[in-house]
Amino acid sequence: MNVLDLIGTAASNTFRSKTRTVLTILAIFVGAFTLTITNGLGTGINRYIDDTVTAIGAEDVMTVSVSQDANAGFADSSGPAEYDPDAIASDGFNRPGSTVVALTPDDLEALASIDGVLDVEATKSISPDWIQAGDGPQYLTSVGGLVDGQTVQLAAGAAPSADSDAFELNVPISYVESLGFADADAAVGQTLTIAITDAERTQHLVDATIVGVAEESIAATGAGGLVVNDALTDELYTTQNIGISLDEQERYAQASIRFDAAATDADVTALKERLTDAGYTGTTVADQLGTFKTIIDAIVLVLNAFAIIALLAASFGIVNTLFMSVQERTREIGLMKAMGMGGGKIFGLFSLEAVIIGFLGSAIGVGIGMLVGTGISSVLAGALLADLPGLTLIAFDPLSVTVIILVVMAIAFLAGTLPAARAAKADPVESLRYE
Amino acid sequence: MTTPIIRVKDVHKSYGKGPNRFDALKGVTFDINEGESVAIIGKSGSGKSTLMHVLALLDAPTSGTVELEGIDTSTLKGKKLNRARNKTFGFVFQQFFLTANISVLENVMLPMKIAGVRRSERKARAHAALEQLEMDDKASNKAVNLSGGQKQRSVIARALVNNPRIIFADEPTGNLDTATGGNVEDILFALNRDKGITLIVVTHDDELAARCDRRIYIRDGLLVNDTTEVAA
Ligand SMILES: Nc1ncnc2c1ncn2[C@@H]1O[C@H](COP(=O)(O)OP(=O)(O)O)[C@@H](O)[C@H]1O
Ligand SMILES: [Mg+2]
Repeated sequence: MNVLDLIGTAASNTFRSKTRTVLTILAIFVGAFTLTITNGLGTGINRYIDDTVTAIGAEDVMTVSVSQDANAGFADSSGPAEYDPDAIASDGFNRPGSTVVALTPDDLEALASIDGVLDVEATKSISPDWIQAGDGPQYLTSVGGLVDGQTVQLAAGAAPSADSDAFELNVPISYVESLGFADADAAVGQTLTIAITDAERTQHLVDATIVGVAEESIAATGAGGLVVNDALTDELYTTQNIGISLDEQERYAQASIRFDAAATDADVTALKERLTDAGYTGTTVADQLGTFKTIIDAIVLVLNAFAIIALLAASFGIVNTLFMSVQERTREIGLMKAMGMGGGKIFGLFSLEAVIIGFLGSAIGVGIGMLVGTGISSVLAGALLADLPGLTLIAFDPLSVTVIILVVMAIAFLAGTLPAARAAKADPVESLRYE
Repeated sequence: MTTPIIRVKDVHKSYGKGPNRFDALKGVTFDINEGESVAIIGKSGSGKSTLMHVLALLDAPTSGTVELEGIDTSTLKGKKLNRARNKTFGFVFQQFFLTANISVLENVMLPMKIAGVRRSERKARAHAALEQLEMDDKASNKAVNLSGGQKQRSVIARALVNNPRIIFADEPTGNLDTATGGNVEDILFALNRDKGITLIVVTHDDELAARCDRRIYIRDGLLVNDTTEVAA
């Protein structure tokens, strides 16, 4: 019997006892459906995190600061930490009153010379006093910039242009109403006034154009504040530093370094080690969100485990169904053997039947799972999760969906081997005996 | 002298072990020539079916040899054995052994499917065989819906569709009324006569046995009478 005939025969045998087969398929369906939904949950949430990672920092960017003695400020057996004249008070980006060791131009040069570092850019920390649109009220905010490769998830307009000399910025969508605009589209093209105080306590006003409105996300670019272009960053930074000697100005709490976008995880780890050896600490965006992802993965794993248990229960259904059908078809098996069908082919016939049952159950389960998952996602996106635009709670990628079907088919095959082996071993004489 | 198609030499067959051991065949020796029609006759439990299973290579003898066209069948293993079964034998059983819920045509095609014959050829040959048995109009009926005589004719179509050298018939008329049974017998003997297919019939029906060229009587696992040898 050739392979196609074998498959064809197995397929038609599958439906000889319809009720039994359909019930078994239903059991498989439940498992496959659950697995599809739980997997989709993992895919959806992780995809959202990945999108967010792309938004808050290009994947080839690392934030670097000077490594500090973990015990700084605490008395321990090694005694108090020594005073460091480079330590600067920084309430802009750290606990109030705590200090970080600033990066100096020398540090930037040292960083640039580290193997694997393509580009170093100091992070200019800017603290505006308030912002105001027209004659509206004044609001507090924070300011961030975009590093090469970073994107903004936009609700309207465009991202601030890196090349432009004009002062351009994005405001978060939550600011639109407060600033007095009708909607996101109305805000685009309007002027925003930024007040900033220099070291000599003089307040300056800088006007910039709102070129776009950014979506809110769990880790929005610019920490949920304004996203400004380089021209505006430089203007604000210079203004803020009026009255500070150049030497003092060039002190940065952190810097961004860029590395090869094609770097593997091992490359990134190696780069971090080199940074550590040189006295710096490097953190990628993935690191920052890594914990979050680990938790999601763990939850999905637990849910998947339940689905697999359901599948295992269903696979006993397959064992049972096939044992019954081997029992019922003893005569037929004996006859086929008498007619010269080998044991291997008989085994193939019954295990293929199991695989077909597994395939049907999983294909239907996955299909309906995807439909239901997509439905749930779109309903939730408009209601419960409206504050997290861009989040598709249950998403599917072709690979994991294929893997689910293949896994279920493999489980079904394993379940089928027991009855199939019994059929293959059946003695034709015993099967054909009567009287 | 030509090689007999089947040569049985001192065949023993026992079931079970130790105190439960039962000798179903206790040393049987005979030859069957190509084209013969042979009846194996004996009471119930005498060992007829056991002998037929040994001859049809469905069971190996405990001791002794069975030669198929001069080849010791104990040397046939795996694929070779399956090929020999598939190409050489056709079976007709008292209980028909048709798969109930598939069509007559599918049933008849089964041996060719096992042999790996292409589907189009399978169909053509199965229809031809059914035509020969005047059953072609029932080709697409489910086997379960046939009368006894129609079932047995379908079984014969299935037995001859692979052009076998030998047809084994175990009580082929046992489940049929006299008229239908006679009709089925006619068909089997016609195949034997016209196509030269060797016919080995297991029966306790004396009339059927009488129509065969030769009768082998068996009692308690021993060959008690062989008409050819008696005649010789
Ligand atoms: N698998 C077996 N185990 C034990 N005894 C068996 C087995 N098969 C057949 N026998 C015995 O062998 C004897 C011959 O059986 P069988 O060849 O079927 O007889 P027949 O076909 O002539 O009625 C019977 O007594 C039967 O009980
Ligand atoms: Mg018998």
